[in-house]
Amino acid sequence: MTDQLPASPRDSGQLSKNGATEATRGSWLPRIRVAGRDITLEVALAALLVAFIAIAGATTDAFLTEANVTNLLKQMVTTGLLAFGMLTVILTGGIDLSVGSVVAFSGILAAGLSAGLPVWLAMLIGAASGIGFGLVNGALVARFQLAPFVVTLAALTTVRGLAFVYSETPVAPEKAGFFELGSAAVGPVPVSTIIMIAVFLLGGIFLGRTPAGRALTAIGGSAETVRLAGIGVRRHVVLAYTISGACAGLAGVILASRVGIAQPSVGTAFELDAIAACVIGGASLAGGKGTVRATCAGVLVLALINNLLNLYDVQSFWQQVLKGLIIIAVILVQRAGRLRPAAGATTPGKGSLS
Amino acid sequence: MSGAPAPPVLDVRGVHKSYGATKVLHGVNLTGHAGDVLAVVGANGAGKSTLIKILAGAERMSSGELRLDGKTVALRSPHDAHTHGIRTVHQELTLVPELSVTENLLMGHYPRMLGGLINWRAAHARARVLLEGIGYGAIDPRTRAGSLTVARQQMVEIAKALVDESGEPRVLVLDEPSAVLAGADLDALFTLIRRLQERGVVIVYVSHRLAEVTELATTIVVIKDGRVVAETTPRDTDENEMIRLMAGRRPQQLYPGRRTDVGPELLSVQGLGRPGEFDDVSFALRAGEITGLFGLVGSGRSELAHCVFGARPAAEGTISAEGSRADRFRSPKDAIGAGLALVTEDRKRTGLVLGLSTEDNIGLTTLKTATRGPLVDTARRRREALAMTDRLDIRPAHCLRLPVRLLSGGNQQKAVLAKWLLTSPRVLLLDEPTRGVDMATRVEIYRMLDELARGGMAVLLISSDLTEVLGATDRVLVMREGRIAAELPSDRTSEDTVLAHAIGHAA
Repeated sequence: MTDQLPASPRDSGQLSKNGATEATRGSWLPRIRVAGRDITLEVALAALLVAFIAIAGATTDAFLTEANVTNLLKQMVTTGLLAFGMLTVILTGGIDLSVGSVVAFSGILAAGLSAGLPVWLAMLIGAASGIGFGLVNGALVARFQLAPFVVTLAALTTVRGLAFVYSETPVAPEKAGFFELGSAAVGPVPVSTIIMIAVFLLGGIFLGRTPAGRALTAIGGSAETVRLAGIGVRRHVVLAYTISGACAGLAGVILASRVGIAQPSVGTAFELDAIAACVIGGASLAGGKGTVRATCAGVLVLALINNLLNLYDVQSFWQQVLKGLIIIAVILVQRAGRLRPAAGATTPGKGSLS
Repeated sequence: MSGAPAPPVLDVRGVHKSYGATKVLHGVNLTGHAGDVLAVVGANGAGKSTLIKILAGAERMSSGELRLDGKTVALRSPHDAHTHGIRTVHQELTLVPELSVTENLLMGHYPRMLGGLINWRAAHARARVLLEGIGYGAIDPRTRAGSLTVARQQMVEIAKALVDESGEPRVLVLDEPSAVLAGADLDALFTLIRRLQERGVVIVYVSHRLAEVTELATTIVVIKDGRVVAETTPRDTDENEMIRLMAGRRPQQLYPGRRTDVGPELLSVQGLGRPGEFDDVSFALRAGEITGLFGLVGSGRSELAHCVFGARPAAEGTISAEGSRADRFRSPKDAIGAGLALVTEDRKRTGLVLGLSTEDNIGLTTLKTATRGPLVDTARRRREALAMTDRLDIRPAHCLRLPVRLLSGGNQQKAVLAKWLLTSPRVLLLDEPTRGVDMATRVEIYRMLDELARGGMAVLLISSDLTEVLGATDRVLVMREGRIAAELPSDRTSEDTVLAHAIGHAA
């Protein structure tokens, strides 16, 4: 056991102050393994989703209607896109608080430009504005070593201000083409949902299978180790924020198209939903840990919570309270699933002598 | 042994500890009378850490008994252990880096002024007295803890364990205290231990460094596979026997015999300098040769290695390797491109990404090259990592999918080596590669270095372990205060000579 560390150095002494050890704490949730991989978290999330859907289906007729399901699918697009972008940043150990403001700016820019430009071009420029903001965020974090929280907090207010500077009042596009992105559907599935799923699929491959994606995850674990391995850390950090910005830009354009009007005040606190989705999916805000699949589940959980509370006609302030409590509950369950018996994971004593 | 009328200060009886189905300790006994220094030695995985955690109150024993001065005590938390007078200095540093030494030492027990505000003048004075009292007066209590060298931080850590409101320590547990200490710092620690001994404190000293054990211990306890396999004294044993007991077999020679067959120069460093760290450093590394670099803590060894590797900029001087064009490497990437590899001192922070799997860690250096189209070539990475775990005998067998943090220290170090060997380096720089590594793995590492050198690699072994720096190398560079003070042939130089050069007393 000599050098088998607990989860981190700070766990070694402090964790056990109340006498509980990792081994005893995590043991109430049975571990589920498939081919040696611990999938307890995935199973727990899936069970949670099924439970939500079952309860909803059983208690209200409104839930399993085509209109509601379509609505649900559309509603989660914004959080979904933001959450993927957020995940790439969170993996590096950072955070992007500016996404809600970027949603507002890109939407209002696209709506405004659509008056004089072809709709597709206006939308493209709107979405691309997100890339610009992401680049600036990333550059400030990576190049000048500023704290991500501070940089993106400043961006949150700056970009929000820019949205209002662009137009104090909501902008209503006149061309019918502007509304297509948000309302078109292939059969029962909205096009915007298909875009989100595509982002998740490509994003999953990017983070899981490309050198850049793997580097992002490693950077969150130990940036110095990655740098010493000859990998450019800054470049990857900038990339992460740019992806987040791009996702926010895209989400803003889709949202404006769906709602039919672009408001400079839209998107307030959207960053919190995105962060919540990542965290529910098991991502660590310290970086280095999180998957697209689980984040996707986190998005679904959040969307279901919102949808159900609406269907039950819960008053909106109570909705906020309940949502917060449910997030805490989900994370507690998830945490219990993550802590595992310290010694069970390896074969102690055999590791070192040869 | 225990003919004395007074009960032993520390009496650990039949301690068992299991994690689930895995038994880690099988009835360990440990007895210490006032003034005893109990040296606990054992290979990694023997159960030393678990024993320490139990003494520190961080883990609870499954069965067994712990008596202090004859009275049975139950340690339910680190706090319990602390108030009972068992103080533990862990291998990992626990200081708050942003706070001053004073704050770290007095935490929560500050002298107050009228109105409840902290009286800083009195606090610093108090901290100074405390540090001086244990011979660490050189440390300024106003310094931010994080800005101290690792050795100094370790000293503060020890001071923190000793000074406490709940009274005198009865038992002081030191886990690898010398891992980061050398020379005068180490002497200061030994002096302190002897002083505590006189005050009747029982010291439990866990170390891989057998020379220290022989020098300090009154009793040597050898643990293997969770059992005490021998209890002896320095007079009745020697290092070879201890190693044999720990490993459970007679060690073949600790260091492979070096037969130098030096080839061409692969790396040449000329007049390298960085203000405040090192100055005018010149040396060359040649194919087939293992060069040692010895220096006391603070002599600039690690800084030099990082600088050569391009990880921090040099102010002056040139570094040239075969195939490098610029004067120096501007980044680790450049250095790797020129065939260099650096195994850093701090394996857990800069050598590995602890949360990632062993496979991902080994594949880190080849992340950008082992690709198929835009994607990582997982099959190839798996193949390469597997070949490395075979070659270096990294355990356990299924470690590739495990988070690397679950591996033992020795196996973690092998994973770091594996990562670098995948880049097929021509020049291998290693900074304290055997720190916190068990003896058996050390022997493997020495053999591996020998083999690599024979294969035409140039190896630089930075070490603060005198025996190692002479035993495993062909020649030794000694650093003192940021300069190369001497270059000595390993087989014709004594440890005393090396140390004399490092301290500056050489004739």
